[in-house]
Amino acid sequence: MGAGHAHVLYREAGSPVHRLPPEVKIAAMVVFTLAVVATPREAFWAFGGYALLVAAVAALARVGPGWLLGRSLIELPFVLFAFALPFLGAGERVGFLGLHLSVEGLYGAWNIIAKGTLGVLASLLLAATTTTRDLIVGLDRLHCPQILTQIATFMLRYLDVLIGEARRMRVARMSRGDDPRFLWQLRGLAAGIGALFLRAFERGERVYLAMLSRGYTGRMPVVWQGEGAATTGQWLVAATVPVLAATIAAAAVVLT
Amino acid sequence: METLALHISNGILDGPVAALFGAISLAALTFCVLRGRRDLDDRLAPMAGLVAAFIFAVQMINFPIFTAAVSGHLLGGALAAMLVGPWVGALCVAVVLIVQALVFGDGGVAMLGPNIFNLAVLGTAAAYLLIALLLRVLPRTPAGLTVTAFVSALVSVLVAAMGFVAQYQLGGTADLGGNLAGLAGTMAGSHLLIGIGEGLITATTVAAVAKVRPDLVYALRALKPAAPAPVPAVGGVR
Repeated sequence: MGAGHAHVLYREAGSPVHRLPPEVKIAAMVVFTLAVVATPREAFWAFGGYALLVAAVAALARVGPGWLLGRSLIELPFVLFAFALPFLGAGERVGFLGLHLSVEGLYGAWNIIAKGTLGVLASLLLAATTTTRDLIVGLDRLHCPQILTQIATFMLRYLDVLIGEARRMRVARMSRGDDPRFLWQLRGLAAGIGALFLRAFERGERVYLAMLSRGYTGRMPVVWQGEGAATTGQWLVAATVPVLAATIAAAAVVLT
Repeated sequence: METLALHISNGILDGPVAALFGAISLAALTFCVLRGRRDLDDRLAPMAGLVAAFIFAVQMINFPIFTAAVSGHLLGGALAAMLVGPWVGALCVAVVLIVQALVFGDGGVAMLGPNIFNLAVLGTAAAYLLIALLLRVLPRTPAGLTVTAFVSALVSVLVAAMGFVAQYQLGGTADLGGNLAGLAGTMAGSHLLIGIGEGLITATTVAAVAKVRPDLVYALRALKPAAPAPVPAVGGVR
């Protein structure tokens, strides 16, 4: 996990959002998402407000809308579920283009799509502005139990080991005459999955022993901690977004 | 819609139910942290990391069932229970879910409670109970171990899927009326197929590990008098 081990979603930039300490960003993102989820689904205007907040943060973080939309496709299965709801739902029905749709189901679908999309966008913004290393430092500073941050550290470190090992095994297969195309590539991977696991483990164990022999005690060294924990000022700056979101949510609850 | 049980997105369950399962999951994880600390030695620490990475990678592969629109992915609870034990195993799955929710937006942050409950707590617990039972009943051969891994993985997937159905019954945001049985049926049917895939991967992986490094399989340690495995004598990890 040295320098340069940023994950695929990280967008290198020097924006004010990038410079905020990770624990502040994680807390802001979680509070924002909770506020969105707590909003009654009938308050359409509130979701517009949240979308504006997300757009403002994205602009500040210099993350383009195209990138955000492309990456939010991960949500697709839920959108499909949401589309099924108007047909499955119970209660009052309305006619639309000759279809009898359940009102309850339509509200349900809107609820899932709006809240799901906003949640995905918020976490994508966190991912785009925070390296995995910072993410773990942030979780550690938020007093996440050490055993969890330790597993997370190794998980992220070993993902590279696993991918590298899989690539080496593929090269080995190809150089022995295997010429897989398209889906048949999976066959070789499936047949060798046990071997892949063992090879990755043995490599991972060496990595771990090397870390131990360099003084690893289960917690990442102070060098990792970067500029140090967040100041009160940084907490206040980052609190603007979740506080605004919570205000919108409170107003929506009162008004509906 | 088959990925539903795997990762509940924001807004699918209502607030009180999400909060309730959040509290249950938090309590369960706290217990796992306390018990897991005891388990996590120099052999288990890298294994836990690798198991988590493996589950993370494997969850990225969505395998299609019937049509491209219907797909699901693996859970990994049984694999984790088998290789690192129920406590650390549940923590591994939970870590995967937390990182996915925070960074990839896969499964909503507000729904982490129900998600962790279904996949990390329920799935791993069901798998480990079955493993403990089957390993005593079945012959202690590689075949017995393979069958144990397969069955426990299959059942854990189904249990996790039913966990979602139960949560939806308690607090789904859209009222499905009498269609809940339909949802349960769809979930059970599709997750039977996912479970078979999960069972095959779990069984292959566990069998391969048990053949070469049986000392690494947590579930086997309880049965045999601990073989003097070559543990590097270095400082502990706490």
